[in-house]
Formats: sequence, C-alpha cells, structure tokens
Amino acid sequence: MSILVYIDHQDGAFKKKAFEAVHYASKIAENSDSNVVAVTFGNHSDDTLNSLGQYGATKVVQLEGAGDVFDTKLYANEIIQIAEKENANTFIFSFDTQGTSLAGMIAAKLKAGLVSGAVDYPDTNDGFVVKKTVFSGKAFAHVKINTDKKVISIVPNSFQFEKSEGNATIEKINIQGDVTIESLEKNTVEKGEIPLADAERVVSGGRGMKGPENWGILEELADELDAALACSRPVGDAGWRPHHEHVGQTGGTIRPNLYIAVGISGAIQHLAGVNSSKTIVVINQDSEAPFFKAADYGIVGDAFEIVPKLTEAIKRFKANQA
Amino acid sequence: MKILVCITQAPDTTAKIDFTNNDTEFNQQGVTYIINPYDEWYSLVRAIELKEAGNAQEIHLLTVGEANSDAIIRKALALGGDKAFRINAAAKDTYEIAELIADFAKDKDYSLILTGKESIDYNNSSVGTAIAGLLDYNFIGYATSLELEGEKVTCKREIEGGEEKISTSLPLVLSCQKGMAEARIPNMRGIMAARTKPLEVVEPSAIYNLTEIVKYEKPAPKTGVKLFTEDQIDDLVAALHTEAKVI
Ligand SMILES: Cc1cc2nc3c(=O)[nH]c(=O)nc-3n(C[C@H](O)[C@H](O)[C@H](O)COP(=O)(O)OP(=O)(O)OC[C@H]3O[C@@H](n4cnc5c(N)ncnc54)[C@H](O)[C@@H]3O)c2cc1C
Ligand SMILES: Nc1ncnc2c1ncn2[C@@H]1O[C@H](COP(=O)(O)O)[C@@H](O)[C@H]1O
Repeated sequence: MSILVYIDHQDGAFKKKAFEAVHYASKIAENSDSNVVAVTFGNHSDDTLNSLGQYGATKVVQLEGAGDVFDTKLYANEIIQIAEKENANTFIFSFDTQGTSLAGMIAAKLKAGLVSGAVDYPDTNDGFVVKKTVFSGKAFAHVKINTDKKVISIVPNSFQFEKSEGNATIEKINIQGDVTIESLEKNTVEKGEIPLADAERVVSGGRGMKGPENWGILEELADELDAALACSRPVGDAGWRPHHEHVGQTGGTIRPNLYIAVGISGAIQHLAGVNSSKTIVVINQDSEAPFFKAADYGIVGDAFEIVPKLTEAIKRFKANQA
Repeated sequence: MKILVCITQAPDTTAKIDFTNNDTEFNQQGVTYIINPYDEWYSLVRAIELKEAGNAQEIHLLTVGEANSDAIIRKALALGGDKAFRINAAAKDTYEIAELIADFAKDKDYSLILTGKESIDYNNSSVGTAIAGLLDYNFIGYATSLELEGEKVTCKREIEGGEEKISTSLPLVLSCQKGMAEARIPNMRGIMAARTKPLEVVEPSAIYNLTEIVKYEKPAPKTGVKLFTEDQIDDLVAALHTEAKVI
C-alpha cells in the first residue's frame, strides 16, 4: 500500500510546504506500513527530485509533457492513474490553490472521504479522525473519514519537521492526457518578494496609516522580517494598496506564524481573514481598539513612532544573533 | 445558455460560534444567516451581469439545505436569477453536497456552474471542483474574472504569488472570489419580484456519509494581550523570539 503526496513547485524549486506534506504522509505511512510516493509535474533535476527522500518519500514520480499550466482536470486524471499503479489509498495535498482544487476533484472521482484544511495528524484510536479548521478559524472540527480511500489537504506551517537522511527512487513518465486550460499571461510577484498566501510573517496596515505615502515604514519592517505586506479593506478600496493585499472576510484568508497589524481597528470582518495566525501583534494608538482583544502582544502608541523603532529593534536582535 | 449558481447559507460573520450536545452540533440559537459572501457578491452577481449583457439566457440558483435556507434563497432571488431549487438535505460532507448537485444538474444542460471559492463556515474550497469531477466538466478555481465569447471562456485566477489569465472551454465549473464583480444590494423591484419567482424543493436522490463531524472544538481562548510600552520594544522582540518563537 502507499500514500500519495502531490508536490507543487514554482520555477523548478520545491517549497517548504511541499516538504511538510511529504513529512505528513511519512507519519501516516509509519503507522500503516506503507510507502510514500510523491508526484510532481514538470521537469526537475534528479537532485531536486531526490531531495524529497530526505523528508520521507520512498519514490518520486515526475509527470512530464503537460507544460507548466496548472490544469485541475488533467492533473487529477493523471494522479488517479498513478495512484492505481502504486496502489495508493491515501492522498495528501497542501491546503492551497492547487491542493484544494486537486483534492476535491480526486475525492469526488474516487468517492473518497475528504478532509480539507487539516491541522493535526490523523487520530486512529477510534476510526480515522482528522482535525480541521472551520468557521474561518473560530473553531475546529474533528472529522471522521469512513471510506478506505482518504484525501487530506493540510494547512501549511502547521507541522514541525526536519530533514534527515533518505533517498527516493525516481520514475519519469510522459503523459498524454487532454489539456483543458491555456495560459495567456502570468503576473507573479517579483522574484524575492514573498507571496502573501504563503508568507510565514505578514506586516499589515490599516486606515491608521493615513495614506499610501506612509507605507515606507511598513515596507522596511517587512523587509527586516522577510514578511509579506497586507492591508485592511478600506485601504484596498481607497487604492492605497493593491487589492490582492486586502485580507478579511471579503479578501484573502491568511494563516502566518506572525501577523503584525498596524493602525487597524480589528473589525470582525477583518479578523475573519487573519485570526488563524499563530501570533498576532497589534500596534494602535487607541488602547480600546478591538484588535487588542484578539492579539497576543500589543503596543499602544503612534505607529509613526513605534514602527521605525520596532524595525531598529529587530535589526539589533538580528545583529546579536549573528 | 444556462447558468447554475450554487449558493449556501453561512452564519453572519458577527455570529457567536458555539456548540451544543456535547460539542457535536453547531448551536444555531440566535444565529442569523447570510448568503455565503463569495456566492453572493462574486458568483451570483457575475451571473446576473452575464445575463444582462446577453451572454446567458437563464440563471438557476441551487442550494443543498433544509427549510431554514429558504430565506437566503429568496434574498438571492431578489438580486437576480430566474428560478431557485433547494435540495432538501442537511449535508456537510463535500461528496454528498457535490453528488446531490451533480445528480440534479446532469440532465439540465448547464454550460456554466458557479460556486464561491469557499464557504465561510466549513472552509473546504472543495464543492466546486468535486462537482466538476462528477460531471466531467472543466474546472477553474479561485477565479477573479470571467468573460464569455461563445464556447470560449477567458478568465483570471489566483495562482501562487500572483494572478494568471487563462482560457478554457465550456462546460465549466468556476469557483469565484473577489475581483469577479462589484457587490450589489437588492432593490425594491427585485425584492417584490423574488416573491413570485419559483422556489422548487427537490428531495435528495441518496444520502452519503463518507465523512462525519464527530466533535467540534474551540481554540484555547487568548490568554490576554501582553502590552509593551515604547521603551520596551526590545523586550517585545525578545518575546517574539523566545516565547512565540516566530522570529
Ligand atoms: C460585509 C462586510 C465585509 C467586510 N470585509 C472586510 C474585509 O474583508 N477586510 C477588512 O479589513 N474589512 C472588511 N470590512 C470592513 C470592516 O468592517 C472595517 O470597516 C475595516 O476593517 C476597518 O479598516 P481599518 O481598521 O483599516 O480602519 P479603521 O476602522 O478606521 O481603523 C483605523 C485604526 O487605526 C488606528 N490609528 C489611527 N491613527 C493611528 C496612528 N497614528 N497610529 C496607530 N494607530 C492609529 C485607529 O485607532 C483605528 O483603530 C467589511 C465590512 C462589511 C460590512
Ligand atoms: N450546501 C450547499 N449548497 C449549495 N452550494 C454549496 C453548498 N455548500 C457549498 N456550496 C458551494 O461550494 C462553494 C465552496 O464551498 P466549500 O467547499 O464548503 O468551501 C460555496 O461557495 C458554494 O458556492
């Protein structure tokens, strides 16, 4: 039996969350005496493919010839074929744009029980139960999967894991399935910039920043922390920042390890998009701002004084660490 | 051409999230329900715009839910849409919802099926792609725009770290998010018209329990914010390192 993991990549490189998914699969494999088969599309060097072995993959299958357009239907059909060959009954994905799309389609086609957004390892004491987030981070549900085939997508940054020794065998297969999507244009963040959905740290600004010309101090803080930038809805609506940075009920949902909210009041619609963050730091001049109730750490004061001081403090901290 | 818009109800964002019956059931007491925001502002409004522009002839709305969903379906009809259906089932499992929708849709010749990118209660981002899998339609997830030209579809979608413009063909299931359309509010004429639009209740073709929720749990309450003064910023940074372990 085997556990199949889907590996998403960008520009040939695998991301941390891909290793995390392999690690998660290897944990399930340990308890069920299975192999871990990682499946990826595209063209990667053997070294890159083999690196998945260090996180627990026993085999890596590279599916070539599909171009680099993410095509849910094509990919799902190809993955199902590999799963049959490898006798896979459990499927692991990252909970992200590609992972959720594939997980849902594959689960439907195989009539497999699905848990989307897992935050813990399966509990097998009484059946197969996986904990997931519900109500936009306000609660968790323990979901029991009743089918033999199981599909799980995991929330990135939820699991601790380390690299170890290990090798994977590599198989490369040319695929022939029908392409259903053609790419016309791609706009991705500048190289080196961190995509918001993926960011482990986020610096976010609200109306308290007064205007777009004041974002420099947030950018400097974000640079120092390797953080991505986000904003509240009025900031996006006013055009101070691009709309894709807007988080909340009507914007993006993010789950970074660290969310620093500057000049944001903490309206419930804003919190809906960010309250799954592990640690929340709030900087606001109003000690009564509702955001402080949802925060772990806070500073009451003027953002224009505090933020540059925080940036300096982080520089000092990093210099001391070095 | 016919469009099917899948709509689900969700607790108002300000609703208190609580559980009863030994934490096995969501406590509906005092909860007001809204149309899941992605279904309302993005997929439904875009469908209405397409009809107004002459790209679509008929819009059907569909929800899988019990009788207490009728209110949000009427509200949706007040925005637009010609006819609504409710499949009478209290389904939470993705497969069950998607299979009931696919079974309903399979002989109705919808060229386009729209869903929201996620339900704000169960947050699965899965029902749309599952419907596509069952009907063997093409699927685009996390779409931020949609243009139709005959059988040809052009849209933008969110990808890792950015946006991609793509083309595909009908029949198609599309999951919609912000960018897709501008929010609308129903006007008096719409509200009056919605009262006489048909809302048909359909009994489920089968029940499935591929998954079940055995227990809910609330996150440990925040222990309270730790405040630092302007002069203690180094202490904050130290806490982020040693206590929170995030830097
Ligand atoms: C249906 C619906 C959906 C919504 N969806 C979203 C959503 O997805 N995302 C979202 O963000 N909002 C959303 N909103 C809007 C939300 O209700 C709030 O209005 C919004 O989040 C407020 O943005 P803000 O905190 O930037 O601005 P404000 O509420 O104006 O807060 C500004 C804050 O800055 C502080 N401040 C001012 N000056 C300084 C200074 N010099 N230093 C430090 N602090 C300062 C103030 O004390 C205040 O707390 C939605 C609303 C509705 C009704
Ligand atoms: N019970 C339901 N009835 C109709 N449509 C639904 C239902 N549940 C989910 N959907 C649709 O599927 C989308 C994604 O939901 P989910 O997979 O639960 O995140 C929603 O935005 C709806 O458009």
